[in-house]
Amino acid sequence: MEKATPETVGGVFQIMIQTLFGPPPEPTIYERFQKAVAKTRDELVERIDDIFQGKKEIDEELLEELEMALISADIGVRTTDEILSAVRDQLSRNQLKDPSELKAHLAKHMATILERAGDSSPVIDAHPQVIMVVGVNGTGKTTTIGKLTHYLKSQGKSVLLCAADTFRAAAIEQLEVWGERTGTAVIRQQTGSDPSAVLFDALQAAKARDIDVVIVDTAGRLHNKSGLMAELEKMKRTSERLVPGSPHEVLLVVDAVTGQNGLEQARQFTKTAGVTGLVLSKLDGTAKGGIVVAIVSELKLPIRYIGVGEQLEDLEKFDPETFVRALFEV
Amino acid sequence: MFENLSEKLQRVFKDLRGEGKLTEGNIQDALREIRLALLEADVNFKVVKELILNVRTKALGQEVLTSFSPTEQVVKIVKDELIRILGSGESKLRFASQPPSIFMIVGLQGSGKTTSTGKIARWLIKNGKRPLLVSVDVYRPAAREQLRVLAKQVDVPIYAGEDGQSPLELAKGARREANQTGRDVVLIDTAGRLHIDDELMVELEQLKSEFEPVEVLFVADAMTGQDAVNSAAEFNTRLGITGVVLTKMDGDARGGGALSIRQVTGRPLKFIGVGEKADALELFHPDRIVSRILGMGDVLSLIEKVEEQIDKKDALEMQDKLLHNEFTLEDFQKQLRQLKKMGSLQSLLSMLPSVGPFKDLQNVDMDPKELVRIEAIISSMTTKERKNHEIINGSRRRRIARGSGVEVQAVNALLKQYREARRMMRSLTGGMAGVGAKRKGKGKKKGKGRGRGNTPGGLPQLPPGMNFPQIFGR
Repeated sequence: MEKATPETVGGVFQIMIQTLFGPPPEPTIYERFQKAVAKTRDELVERIDDIFQGKKEIDEELLEELEMALISADIGVRTTDEILSAVRDQLSRNQLKDPSELKAHLAKHMATILERAGDSSPVIDAHPQVIMVVGVNGTGKTTTIGKLTHYLKSQGKSVLLCAADTFRAAAIEQLEVWGERTGTAVIRQQTGSDPSAVLFDALQAAKARDIDVVIVDTAGRLHNKSGLMAELEKMKRTSERLVPGSPHEVLLVVDAVTGQNGLEQARQFTKTAGVTGLVLSKLDGTAKGGIVVAIVSELKLPIRYIGVGEQLEDLEKFDPETFVRALFEV
Repeated sequence: MFENLSEKLQRVFKDLRGEGKLTEGNIQDALREIRLALLEADVNFKVVKELILNVRTKALGQEVLTSFSPTEQVVKIVKDELIRILGSGESKLRFASQPPSIFMIVGLQGSGKTTSTGKIARWLIKNGKRPLLVSVDVYRPAAREQLRVLAKQVDVPIYAGEDGQSPLELAKGARREANQTGRDVVLIDTAGRLHIDDELMVELEQLKSEFEPVEVLFVADAMTGQDAVNSAAEFNTRLGITGVVLTKMDGDARGGGALSIRQVTGRPLKFIGVGEKADALELFHPDRIVSRILGMGDVLSLIEKVEEQIDKKDALEMQDKLLHNEFTLEDFQKQLRQLKKMGSLQSLLSMLPSVGPFKDLQNVDMDPKELVRIEAIISSMTTKERKNHEIINGSRRRRIARGSGVEVQAVNALLKQYREARRMMRSLTGGMAGVGAKRKGKGKKKGKGRGRGNTPGGLPQLPPGMNFPQIFGR
């Protein structure tokens, strides 16, 4: 063995100090996804493991339990059927025999479904870039915006917030608190004013201040109320008029506890507001968020971000492959 | 969207007529449809499994009564079973013998606790109580401000407290103030939390042991999926909830979670939230939500709503006019105004049964602006024209179009719709039974089942004026 040089000794010390007293290393994306899907994994994948325990072959009983496991994750009857018929298909062609292979197969199929929506990170070359955030009541739009602002700022972008939820009591104040936390200006008017008018102000301000990204907070609305949905259409027109080509991104925030109604939400918001991507919020609960699999599968909408807590950092960019890998640990 | 359960079952049982009994073989497909319908309504899969077993046992071997089709029988068994789970009758709020009664409002983030707190306060006032509000949500930005604004809207005092006070201190302050000012109910709005967040759940346990609330109301979002049972069960285990408030029922979620929550907690559903306004809170009726879960429309709520809004005398007059075929454009206009008064058209639509002649309504897009436009057209007619539409010739049409700022085609279209409405209303006067009878006679070769098969959901005799299809159908 060679003798230690002063450089290596110094290096070792540096590393010691760094690891012992320095800031903790940034968790890898994989680690963070693992944390995010921990609950889903516990519920879904471990259940599947239980089902397979001691099974030597894939029989009808096993498939039925698998069906229940998928449905209990809110994946929905139709998508569950799709996954299961793929399994049955492989079984009949003798490509699948061992229950232990089934898990890998499920993971692969799930990833295929999630990748159907195509690239989850569009490159937008616009200035300012306009992001509208929409959804039904209580899904976590404003919290998502706070976190998204933090994320974009950490990427070196300048951000301006637009308080276009002029309906709900104290919604503007809530956004302003996030504005303070992230050091971001909020364009607002009084409660009850026209959301499009606030948007107009915000876009003008953004142009004047040479802002990179404008994030628009909208009021929560149930997707079956045509009057309220028409308001979103109007906001889109306002945006387009001031910044041609905008809004560049319309994010639908879906609560991870949402059941089968989530599909109808996505359908209606896409129809009127032209949703371009999904944010799956509150994934840190026991919720499984399976409904997004159904949404992605049927509507081909990509998942852009997942929300995993109430802190500024608790937002992750979504990546199907990492998500499924963290979920199934394959 | 969803196909309703009785339609699915009708298809399943189509070839079944003539067979005297529901058998293991012929009921299998029906059970599968029931299972799917319930799962699509977000009823928990364990609850579904149990329910299917019960339904199978009850359905097997039942004689097919001559007056019931197999479909009707099975639907009835399912409905009864669901109602049994949900409990019967309304569930009243409880109050302490020694005021103030403390109510705690708990639930997950975004379920609608603060909005519900405001609505319950208003409901209490309407029922002769004197509530005081307090928000102990010291976590979510502007949460306390939100309750303050709502309190002002419903004109209920709120204990504001000071910044930096803990939830326990805030609630104590509120109780003190209630004692001093003679308020008899204190509503404590708590922060949304995940049931797996131990620290925050401990905080609720402390609040509960300190204040011994008579009501711990768990607020649940009607759109919740399979996870509804887990959160409800955990909140119940730790806090002993006394009732459930199901929110956002003005959406189009089936609300199957309600069934699951009831099943796992054994606690009654007390209220449902049906809108963002302060008075959009209703008492819970098991039979109505069952119809909704099965996709058969919330007919009773609809009728109640209509009754609330429509003047009895007006309604009788209208019926008389229909009977004599005197339904003029003037009456048409009157009905339009009634419609508008009844509030959100969309929420009315979601209550309609999706069976029978009103089947296609679920997919109709009703634009309130269109209502305004139609009214403008009729308003631009002279009284004489409104009383007798037949005199409206080309030049009159042009004048009406100019007056209401629309194209002549729009006037033509409206007149056509009016004539169609009039024609269909004529058949209404005999009541729905009359229509059914006529059809039955005509379509004998199709078998009498089809005409009658529509009824398991109980297609109501719609009150006069409730004629959407003519107005919005095309």
